[in-house]
Amino acid sequence: MANSMKVRAKTDGEITTVKVLVSHPMETGTRKNSNTGELIPAHYIQEFKARANGKTVFKGNVGAGISKNPYFAFKFKGASSGDTITLSWLDNKGASDSMQAKIK
Amino acid sequence: MNESRRTVMRRGLAAAAITSLGMPLQTLAAWPEKAFKAKSMDEALKALLGSVEATPGDIIIKTPSIAENGAVVPVSVTSNIANTESIAILAVNNPQPLVASFDLAESDAYVSTRIKMAKTSRLVALVKTDARLYSNTVEVKVTIGGCGG
Repeated sequence: MANSMKVRAKTDGEITTVKVLVSHPMETGTRKNSNTGELIPAHYIQEFKARANGKTVFKGNVGAGISKNPYFAFKFKGASSGDTITLSWLDNKGASDSMQAKIK
Repeated sequence: MNESRRTVMRRGLAAAAITSLGMPLQTLAAWPEKAFKAKSMDEALKALLGSVEATPGDIIIKTPSIAENGAVVPVSVTSNIANTESIAILAVNNPQPLVASFDLAESDAYVSTRIKMAKTSRLVALVKTDARLYSNTVEVKVTIGGCGG
């Protein structure tokens, strides 16, 4: 699952604002396939994490209540322009992805 | 992909710790399954934070008061409370009310995301500080539910 994320990380010198869009179905497990009537198995991200400069700067434990193609935005201090931020997620089927982005 | 392997290992260890002690551990390393599977808000909060006692606090919830599409409801939460450690978001009338819990010990007390809402519901933001719990609530009217098929 490469490139499942789109990231925008920007700093104003003090506060870094990160916006992430993840491509993921986020199935709750209660929805039915409208053709067959069968339940669509649950498939959703459980953990979302961001690391910068050796620290976990943001971590979310999330459930199926997060919308399809999840969006997360957060802010943190202590990074400067040019630093790298690493984002990763893990879903209930054990699939995961991670990517790095430069802070602008 | 080393990261994920490590996470899996950590989860395994956490699970082992829970089983060996015979009681739920409040560990941040493992995904709190019990809290997310809980069918009521109180149950979810007990499993997640160990308490349902929260005092009203200075928490700003930004969300539309009428959401046309319950499948995508934008929510931003800002806590003005000192020492905010985590923010949890709950949609009270969802089949599983706990939507997300964000660990913000190293970041600003702000988070923005998009959630699903099954129907018109109170939306609760819960802030955990080093000492206690605070909450704030807004009502969101949903015209089309987001959990059905």
